[in-house]
Amino acid sequence: MYEHDVIVVGAGGAGLRAAVAADEAGADVALVSKLHPVRSHTGAAEGGINAALQEGDDWELHAYDTMKGSDYLGDAPAVETLAQDAPEDTMRLEHWGMPFSREEDGRVSQRPFGGLSYPRTTYAGAETGHHLLHTMYEQVVKRGIQVYDEWYVMDLATTDEDDPNDRECHGVVAYDVQSGQIEGFKANQGVVLATGGPGQAFDHTTNAVSCTGDGHAMAYRAGAPLEDMEFIQFHPTSLPSTGVLISEGVRGEGGILYNSEGERFMFEHGYANNSGELASRDVVARAELTEVQEGRGVNDEYVHLDMRHLGEERILDRLENILHLAEDFEGVDGLVEPMPVKPGQHYAMGGIEVDENGQTCIDGLYAAGECACVSVHGGNRLGGNALPELIVFGKRAGRHAAGDDLGEPQIKTGYGDDVEDETETELPVQPGSAGLESSGGVAADGGVAADAEGILQRKVETARERVDRLMDKDDGVQHAEIRAKLQQAMTDYVNVFRTEEGVKKALRLIRECREEYQDVYVDDPSRTFNTDLQQTIETRNLIDVAETIALGALVRNEFRGAHWRQENQNRDDENWLKHTLVSWDDGAPSIFYRPVILEGESKTYEPKERSY
Amino acid sequence: MSTQQQQPETQEAPEDPEMKGAESPVDEKEKEDGMIDQTAADASELEGKTVLIKVFRYDPEVEGKQEPRFDDFHVPFEKGMTVLDAVMYARDTYDSSLTFRHSCRQAVCGSDAFFVNGKQRLGCKTQIADLEHPVRIEPLPHQEVVKDLVVDMDHFYDQMHTVEPYFQDEDTPNPADLEEQRQSPENREKIKMSSRCIWCGACMSSCNIAAGDNNYLGPAAINKAYKFAMDDREGEAIKEHRLRILEQEHGVWRCQTQFSCTEVCPKDIPLTEHIQELKREAVKKNLKFW
Ligand SMILES: Cc1cc2nc3c(=O)[nH]c(=O)nc-3n(C[C@H](O)[C@H](O)[C@H](O)COP(=O)(O)OP(=O)(O)OC[C@H]3O[C@@H](n4cnc5c(N)ncnc54)[C@H](O)[C@@H]3O)c2cc1C
Ligand code: SF4
Ligand code: FES
Repeated sequence: MYEHDVIVVGAGGAGLRAAVAADEAGADVALVSKLHPVRSHTGAAEGGINAALQEGDDWELHAYDTMKGSDYLGDAPAVETLAQDAPEDTMRLEHWGMPFSREEDGRVSQRPFGGLSYPRTTYAGAETGHHLLHTMYEQVVKRGIQVYDEWYVMDLATTDEDDPNDRECHGVVAYDVQSGQIEGFKANQGVVLATGGPGQAFDHTTNAVSCTGDGHAMAYRAGAPLEDMEFIQFHPTSLPSTGVLISEGVRGEGGILYNSEGERFMFEHGYANNSGELASRDVVARAELTEVQEGRGVNDEYVHLDMRHLGEERILDRLENILHLAEDFEGVDGLVEPMPVKPGQHYAMGGIEVDENGQTCIDGLYAAGECACVSVHGGNRLGGNALPELIVFGKRAGRHAAGDDLGEPQIKTGYGDDVEDETETELPVQPGSAGLESSGGVAADGGVAADAEGILQRKVETARERVDRLMDKDDGVQHAEIRAKLQQAMTDYVNVFRTEEGVKKALRLIRECREEYQDVYVDDPSRTFNTDLQQTIETRNLIDVAETIALGALVRNEFRGAHWRQENQNRDDENWLKHTLVSWDDGAPSIFYRPVILEGESKTYEPKERSY
Repeated sequence: MSTQQQQPETQEAPEDPEMKGAESPVDEKEKEDGMIDQTAADASELEGKTVLIKVFRYDPEVEGKQEPRFDDFHVPFEKGMTVLDAVMYARDTYDSSLTFRHSCRQAVCGSDAFFVNGKQRLGCKTQIADLEHPVRIEPLPHQEVVKDLVVDMDHFYDQMHTVEPYFQDEDTPNPADLEEQRQSPENREKIKMSSRCIWCGACMSSCNIAAGDNNYLGPAAINKAYKFAMDDREGEAIKEHRLRILEQEHGVWRCQTQFSCTEVCPKDIPLTEHIQELKREAVKKNLKFW
């Protein structure tokens, strides 16, 4: 058994920042990550990091833009904290050596981005995330923070009181990918989950293969609700074969979208008569898919993004990286051909429900980064707002876990007095638990809560048994088959366009995946670097997370931000200014709601119509 | 890293039914019709055909795999298919125990550097259509093989850590004042290429000197040091400290300018040039040769 004050799970931007903050607050901290830190997905971010740094800009404008961008589903205390802390935390990155792009006078550059009233996106070339990730890892090395890299975290060690609000988290169970050895990691003060997004729930995503929603699923099964999971951002320009992202910068520079008939459809079919290709991400994504559905897609699948008219010189000057991506990943030369693009899953606005201090309803359990939902992005995230979230809330979670007093949070978590009860929506199948392999919920452990060490030990035993069972089984279904089916179901029915019937179909298919998973087995008999085993466990997590996304999409029968519903194409503020929460009770999900907090420090953000 | 796994010459996968990896997904007839010959074919020629990949296999723990071998997989070609796509297809379709690291699929995480047709390359960034066939995929040479295409990266990380890879400022204004350190665009441009390193290890694996001298810092670590040493924000005293680390016995002077690192770097970092420049800086600063 290993023991530290604070255990941070995941070493992307959020996890590294949390670890440094906990270290600075005096805690003995360890990072446990299934990938070596520099391999984390934060490295893929291109555009930049929003922070009100310059005169003429201020945090209040940033907060306002963010609330509006969220389609009024952001919680004001979280949004204001983000806007207030981002400038100092971004400057801190600069002082840690991050190579930001520079102006002539040596100051850091900022550029305009969608939905921002001021050009406040600070950037480092088109590789902001790469530089942020490496800069943060450098600080971890400098401080000598212990890193357990290539350790896969399987479960949390939480107590099992009936009410999740009474539970406590004492550590995690992980296995060493290289040796297969399963161990307990005891956290004397707190566990911070920073495991990133769940993009692999979809067939076509800009996310890394490691983005499997592990943290979401572990926290969920331990009793922390998942919030606003239905809000998934689809980026309009990803490459069809791999999902690799083609930056919004191409359209920013004047790139044009064409359908198979050579029409500039954004204008010619009236999707966005004012801003055309530069309409917001959800609008362009819907337009592209409509073209394909109406038979004007290329190869029935995608549309063309053309930048040839910009000229070689300008392309090489500003979009060089895009040429490489199109060439390397699609075999297309962007100088002589248009690039194929289609919408791809990109970002999860929802996640593990936390307050401004990063804490979940379970004592000692924190979450930060894309796996968490403090509610800064609401229904729609603005480009450049995820990276500041990592450093602002990563820092806060790390400090609080290490014992720093950050004051009483304004955002509440867990099931309590202020929540509205279950939904009336009829579910097509009984979601959730299906037999043995699916259990692993809190209740399944039974018994009276022992001391921290005892709880951890019991969890380690359960994990060992689970792995043995998967490895000992000689035949059955392989995870890849189930995963592919799940991803296809989500892409077919819980994508950019959603209908009640479709989402119900998805839920039935997810249920099937859950049942097939009962028969899953691991073919690779080796304990050494068994990626078959790891992916099998990840697939179970994807099933749980996909189910919460589909459930959220089914019950929210309005159109808000990235969530479009065929049956009701209007935002319904009267009924839906509230967060959807899904919690796992006794092996089955239940749904409840919590009102959005629109009151900020000095003002209330009044919902306004979002026009396109 | 003393126990380097010897990698064998190409060998056909044995006809052992126990070995999943040896199973061929196409029957013999199909193979003859659909398979590409040994010469390079362009993408249009490959359309609708099957690509033969020969993948290195080794697992210290599994009896049938303790003796290193190559397994053949026939993968249906698709336009835009990369080496990573091909091994993923082989794993998900034929043999789930086929093991390799990968994550981002877009050349930023640095986890899938393999030895493809005798050269260090990123799997996700290498188009199948650009390669000679059949395609031979092996782990990075000069590293210990953990299993199949996975090598032990600890030595690489250790060397990266040796150069004190973190910013060391002389005096920093308070970030709370939103006052950044100033850096000229020219100076930023100077370090730009060096800052692109994704720690893939391709350069280190291609370097003859590193293969012979286990203590040699190697191109990636030296390049990392370059990034800091050339960043004006750190100041002169720290630059000198960095140069002292670099000019030690197993540092920059070991480099014999063979350019192999520069040739394989997937991020086009001019590694050899950076090493040469640091040698000149060390001379200028009048630092002792060891
Ligand atoms: C292509 C792309 C471009 C983007 N561009 C921008 C941009 O320009 N601006 C912006 O603001 N945002 C951008 N985003 C969004 C932003 O980059 C991500 O939301 C953010 O980087 C997520 O960071 P994270 O720290 O939460 O997670 P990640 O960086 O994904 O890190 C997750 C960590 O958790 C670990 N982990 C996961 N599961 C386990 C487990 N079971 N056990 C142990 N460890 C585990 C992983 O190893 C990894 O270290 C972009 C996203 C993508 C995909
Ligand atoms: S310098 Fe290039 S080849 Fe070497 S580790 Fe970095 S990216 Fe890879
Ligand atoms: S998979 Fe990340 S570099 Fe290839």
